[in-house]
Amino acid sequence: MTTTIIFTIVCLSLLGLGLALILYFTAQKFKVEEDPRIDDVEAILPGANCGGCGFAGCRAFAEGCVKAESLDNMYCPVGGNDVMKNVAGYLGRTIAEKAPQVAVVKCNGNCDSRPKTSNYDGYQSCAVMSTLYSGDTGCRYGCLGQGDCELSCKFDALKMDPRTGLPEIDADKCTACGACIKACPKILIEFRNKGPKGKRIFVSCMNKDKGGIARKSCSVACIGCTKCQKVCAYDAITISSNLAYIDYNKCKLCRKCVVECPTNAIWEVNFPVRVPKKEVLTAEEQ
Amino acid sequence: MSRTFSIGGIHPSDNKISVNAAIENFPLMEMAYISLSQHLGAPAEPVVAKGDKVKTGQLIAKANGFISANVHSSVSGTVASIEPLPDLAGNPVQHIVIKVEGDDWLENINRSSEIEREIKMSGPEILAKIAECGVVGLGGAAFPTHIKLSPPPGKKAEYLIINGAECEPYLTSDYRLMLEQPEEILIGAKIMMKALNVNKCFLGIEDNKPKAIKKMKGLCSKSYPQIKVVSLLKKYPQGGEKQLIDAIVKRQVPSMGLPIDTGVVVQNVGTALAVYEAVQKNKPLFEGIVTVTGKCMTEQRNFRMRVGTTFESMIFAVGGFPKDAEKLISGGPMMGKAVSRIDASSVKSTSALLLLTEKETKRGEEGNCIRCAKCVEACPMGLEPFLLNRLSRAGKTEELEANFVQDCIECGSCIYTCPANIPLLDTIRLSKAQVLKMLRTRPKK
Repeated sequence: MTTTIIFTIVCLSLLGLGLALILYFTAQKFKVEEDPRIDDVEAILPGANCGGCGFAGCRAFAEGCVKAESLDNMYCPVGGNDVMKNVAGYLGRTIAEKAPQVAVVKCNGNCDSRPKTSNYDGYQSCAVMSTLYSGDTGCRYGCLGQGDCELSCKFDALKMDPRTGLPEIDADKCTACGACIKACPKILIEFRNKGPKGKRIFVSCMNKDKGGIARKSCSVACIGCTKCQKVCAYDAITISSNLAYIDYNKCKLCRKCVVECPTNAIWEVNFPVRVPKKEVLTAEEQ
Repeated sequence: MSRTFSIGGIHPSDNKISVNAAIENFPLMEMAYISLSQHLGAPAEPVVAKGDKVKTGQLIAKANGFISANVHSSVSGTVASIEPLPDLAGNPVQHIVIKVEGDDWLENINRSSEIEREIKMSGPEILAKIAECGVVGLGGAAFPTHIKLSPPPGKKAEYLIINGAECEPYLTSDYRLMLEQPEEILIGAKIMMKALNVNKCFLGIEDNKPKAIKKMKGLCSKSYPQIKVVSLLKKYPQGGEKQLIDAIVKRQVPSMGLPIDTGVVVQNVGTALAVYEAVQKNKPLFEGIVTVTGKCMTEQRNFRMRVGTTFESMIFAVGGFPKDAEKLISGGPMMGKAVSRIDASSVKSTSALLLLTEKETKRGEEGNCIRCAKCVEACPMGLEPFLLNRLSRAGKTEELEANFVQDCIECGSCIYTCPANIPLLDTIRLSKAQVLKMLRTRPKK
C-alpha cells in the first residue's frame, strides 16, 4: 500500500519536473521581447478604450507611444494634456501642449425655426432615415433628430433635447473622442477648441443652399450673406458654398459677428450675458 | 396549372380597386418639371437653354456616359429654367422646367393609332433607335433598355421574358395596358427578340388577371406563335426579375449575378409598349400609364400621363386630397417610395400614386424577435432576415457580406410577415449600402 503511494508520488513528480523543464526551455527559446514600458504607459492612460486617439484601444496607443519617434501626433483626448505630460515625462520626451477640444453641433434648427414638412414613422435611426430621404424638414443638411449620436457617446456627454429635437453636448463630460462625428450621417458635429474659460463662437449651421432657399426652410440658417466676414477684423471667417465658417485658431472671440448675423446662426457659448448699452443722452435732452 | 418561384413569398391582399378604370388621358399641365435623372446611372446633359421653344417629343437632354438615357420634352412650350429641384425624397436633382403652350408634337412622330405590324429595322438599328428614344425599364429600376438588350461579350441570351405579373397590390397600369394595347405589347416583344437575336419569348401574367391571360393567349396562338403566355400563381414578389426567371424557365440567378448569367433578359410590358412606340412610331418615351389609387380616394383612375406632372396635380385630378390621407407612395405599397413632397414630379418609371390612411400605414410597436423564422420562410432570396438585422445593428459589415446581404432584393416580404414589427428591411437596406461601400474601397485582387 505504502509503496504504491510512494511510487505514484515519485512518478508524478519526475513527470512534472521533466515537463516543467521542457516548458522552461521552450519559453526561453520562443520568448517575445516586450518593452516593459508599454505596461507602465498603459497604467498612466485613462483606460476608456474609446478609440478617440485613432488606435484600437489604450494598450495599442501605449505601444504606439513607446515605439514612436516623437509624441507630436499622439494625443489622448480623454486624458488631455495632463496625461500626455505624464506619458512624455515617463518616456523622457517633450510634448507640445494641445488646446483641449470639444464637440459642437452645427445645427440650431429647432421645431419652431425649422418646421416639419413630413412625419417620419420608420425605424428610429438617423443612418436608416438618411438612406430613405433627405429628412423630415425642408432643410436637407440639418439634424434628423433620431439620436444616433446619443447612442454612440460612451461618456454620457450627449443628450437629445426633447424640446428642440437637437443634441445637446455637455462640454465638461465631452472628451472629444470623435464617436459622435462618425455616427452622424449629416456630418453636423465638429471639434473646436474649448477656448479660454470655455468661451467659443461658431456658426451653428451646415446649410449650403442659396440664401433664399435656406431661409425658406429654416429661419436660423446661415444664408451666406458675408456680413460676418466683413465685420471680422482677424480674417477668421471664410465663406464657401453659401456657408460661413469661423477658424477657431484665428478667432479672437470679439463677438462682433454674433451681433451682425441677421439670422442668429452664429452662436456664442459661455460668454456673460450682454448688457444692453445705456443710451448716451445728448446735451439737449439733458 | 400556374407556375411560381420555388422559395419564399407572401400573399398580401391585392386591393386592385382601379382594375375597371379604362386608361384616360391626363389633362395637360401648365408647367412641366422634367427631371434629368429619370434613369439609373449618370444624369442627362441638357441640350436646350432658358427661353428656347421646344416641341412635344423633342430631345432636351442627351445621355451622358455609358449608363444613361436621353430625355425628351413631354410638352410643347418655352423652357422657363434649368435648375435643381427636389425629387420625391427631397434631394435636389437637375430639372428642366417648361411652360406649356399648346400641344405641338414633332412632325416625325406617327400619332395614328393604326398598328404597325411589320418590323423593318435590323437588330443594331433597333438598339440605336431605342437608345435615341430614351427608353428605360418601366418595371421600377429604370435601367436604360438598350444596354439591357445588348448582352456583355461572352454572354448569350436564350430567352426573353416579358413581365406582366404586376404582383404589387393596388397597381393596375400594366393590366390595363395588356387589355387595351395587347398587340402593341406583343410587337414590342417581337422587336426586342429581334434585337437580342432570340426566338423564344415568354409572357408571364399572374392568375388574378384572367382576362389579360385569355386575351394574350388568344392573340399569341393566332399570330405570335413564338411568344408563350405563362400563367403565374398570385404570390408576391412574383414580378421580381429573379423570381420570374425561376418560375418560368426554372433557372436560378447566381449570387451577385445578373439575369443574363442564366441566358434570360426580362422586360416589363410597359417597356415593351415603349419599345414598340419608339421603333414603329418614332415616338420617344415621354408618357406612361400611372394608376392613381387608394381606399381613401373617392375614385381610382388609370391615366396616360406625361412625364413631369406634379403629384399635387394628380391628386387634384381625382377629387382632391382626402382628409384622412396620411402617406403618399410613388409605386406600389411594397416597394414604392414614400413621397415626402407633393411638389415633386413624375418620372418615366412612375407607375402609380397611392394614398394610404394612418390606419393602413402606421407601424406597430417593435417587439422582440422570438425566432419564429417567418421572415426566413418568406424571403424569396433564401436569406435569413432576422440574422441580417442582428448583424446590422451590431455593425458587423464583413459578416453581413458573408451572409449574402447583397442578394436582398428589398421586396419587403420579411417586414410584412414579422409578427414583432421588427424593421428588418430598414436595417438590411442600410447594411447593403455599407457593404457596397466596403466592396468599393476594397483593393481588387
